[in-house]
Amino acid sequence: MKIHEYQARGILRGHDVPVPEFEVVTDAESARRVAERIGATVVVKAQVHVGGRGKAGGVKLAETPQEAYEHASAILGMEIKGLVVEKVMVARAVDIAEEYYVGIVVDRATKRPVYMVSGAGGVDIEEVARETPEKIRKHPVDPERGLTKEEARELASVVEARPDVLPQIASVIGKLYDAFLASDASLAEINPLVVTPDRAVWAVDAKINIDDNGLFRHEEIAGMRDTSTESEAVRRAREMGLSYVKLDGSVGCVVNGAGLAMTTMDLIKYYGGEPANFLDIGGSSNPDKVTTAIQIITGDPNVKAVLVNIFGGITRCDDVARGLIESIESGAITLPVVVRLTGTNEEVARELLRKHDLVSAETMDDAVQKAVELARRNG
Amino acid sequence: MSVFADETTRVCVQGITGRDGSFHTRGMIEYGTNVVAGVTPGKGGESLDGVPVFNTMAEAVGETNANATVVFVPARAAASAVLEAAEAGVGLIVCISEGVPTLDAARVLPRIERLGARMIGPNCPGIISPGKTKLGIMPGAIHQRGGVGVVSRSGTLTYEVVDALRRRGLGQSTVIGIGGDPIIGTSFIDALEAFEADPETEAVVLIGEIGGTDEEQAAEFVRANMSKPVVSFIAGRTAPPGKRMGHAGAIIAGGKGTAQEKIDALAAAGVPVADRPSEIPDLVGAALER
Repeated sequence: MKIHEYQARGILRGHDVPVPEFEVVTDAESARRVAERIGATVVVKAQVHVGGRGKAGGVKLAETPQEAYEHASAILGMEIKGLVVEKVMVARAVDIAEEYYVGIVVDRATKRPVYMVSGAGGVDIEEVARETPEKIRKHPVDPERGLTKEEARELASVVEARPDVLPQIASVIGKLYDAFLASDASLAEINPLVVTPDRAVWAVDAKINIDDNGLFRHEEIAGMRDTSTESEAVRRAREMGLSYVKLDGSVGCVVNGAGLAMTTMDLIKYYGGEPANFLDIGGSSNPDKVTTAIQIITGDPNVKAVLVNIFGGITRCDDVARGLIESIESGAITLPVVVRLTGTNEEVARELLRKHDLVSAETMDDAVQKAVELARRNG
Repeated sequence: MSVFADETTRVCVQGITGRDGSFHTRGMIEYGTNVVAGVTPGKGGESLDGVPVFNTMAEAVGETNANATVVFVPARAAASAVLEAAEAGVGLIVCISEGVPTLDAARVLPRIERLGARMIGPNCPGIISPGKTKLGIMPGAIHQRGGVGVVSRSGTLTYEVVDALRRRGLGQSTVIGIGGDPIIGTSFIDALEAFEADPETEAVVLIGEIGGTDEEQAAEFVRANMSKPVVSFIAGRTAPPGKRMGHAGAIIAGGKGTAQEKIDALAAAGVPVADRPSEIPDLVGAALER
């Protein structure tokens, strides 16, 4: 799960990382008030879940409260990469002498949290990793022991030598690990970590992604989910425990299992169609999941045919069939439906579906070809 | 032979009295798995279809000499259950539980490895050596004993491939679902190494998907170390970047982890990559004839 910059700053501040004072507001008048209270140059930043906010005009410096008001007026309501800005953060601006990068990610290859430290801060770190990987120092952390003070110092020395600044950087590096662990993050980064001309250290921008699997033990963070840009379909899928990703094609698909669902999409493309979505109904077979899945998919006006591809294991084909029949009888499906049900209780399912107007298929290849053809004819 | 588990494996089930645990314990017994014990804290002394239930792994191992365990406990308690199993001396831990926090997996894995145990999963269908034993939730009937080793990050996609292999008369030595999470106990390379050493395995099918670089590392391993043919399939060619496709680990992040990169790496290592799962039996057949 992504959280906003102001929320990530809040988490860092909670772990005593030095963060310039800030407040998040939803109207320009409040932005003026916050700027007045701070009483110095502030930065007004759009709070949306995309990168490149600065380039899009979503980050502005304001010397006076009036300027803060003007920038907030311009940024609020602005659209950045398709997302409407509903909140801005007003934060005390700091003078920049040096900009560093400090981040932690869960590294799949070493199976550990890995630090990344670089003197090339303030720019897109993925670009640095691609173009000049030698500028990033990587350091895996022993997940049982955590990061020692010596390791933090050593990492700080990669970017900083001055004896009065180095301990400040090392301290931030250590505290970032505390914040990372305490929030079950999959990524936590400070970019840039700024050293001012008078040698103070500030975390000026923060990004934290949370491991969805860890959310159950962080009620406060779970409440940070921004549902304002979430579509009705995505919200319903999430609440029903369905994995759903909307795409732009015309063949809607309902599948059990993530790998099989991706493969179904790939085959739709292989046979000349375009998938309308990824949808995994999961392992258990609950007819309600099937009816909700059908409603979500048929709610997409681009969808011209529906493909149900089930390989029953724990998922019982007859349960899926019951959900399908309910959808048909309630009038939720008027589109052509191709059904391929194999595995547990497939005979029962076939018998149940016999009376209904569905196109059945024996294999996945056969089912996909039929669905692609029906979508084309219906398009 | 087979890898990691066979008919002599003495299996314990953690979370045996739960809904999933009891259901799949019955499925395993029906398949012929030697289920010798179950563990549910507070339910010691009970039994499930003749399988004695214990309060702790230490008791279960002490009383029954179980040497493997299948974990069905809820995600929030899964890491400590896995650790308890390793500390009780169990050598093979199959963690079916889905939704285990990534940092929990990262924290327990080094300790499990130090204790000499292997974890498969989490978030996996388990492992089956057809005709011998099944530690997991896969439908047993679609499998058939034979010479093809299968290793996969997926569940139902693996069933699809196994079913296609069997229809073509290609049985399997062992089928391993390594799981869909970012941090897992057994990697493609661990499985490939075991299949290479297993006399019963003649060829290997590797089923990967978007996210991470495990397939690229596997490709390098095949090139450098495998004498047996390997055939592959990668799911997610049409997956958009930045979106998690069901599995916690199935995400193209920062432009890395695309299906194409994996397909290219495997092809460069001489591993044929099927465009469709239904092509896999032919590719395996052709590889075995060579």
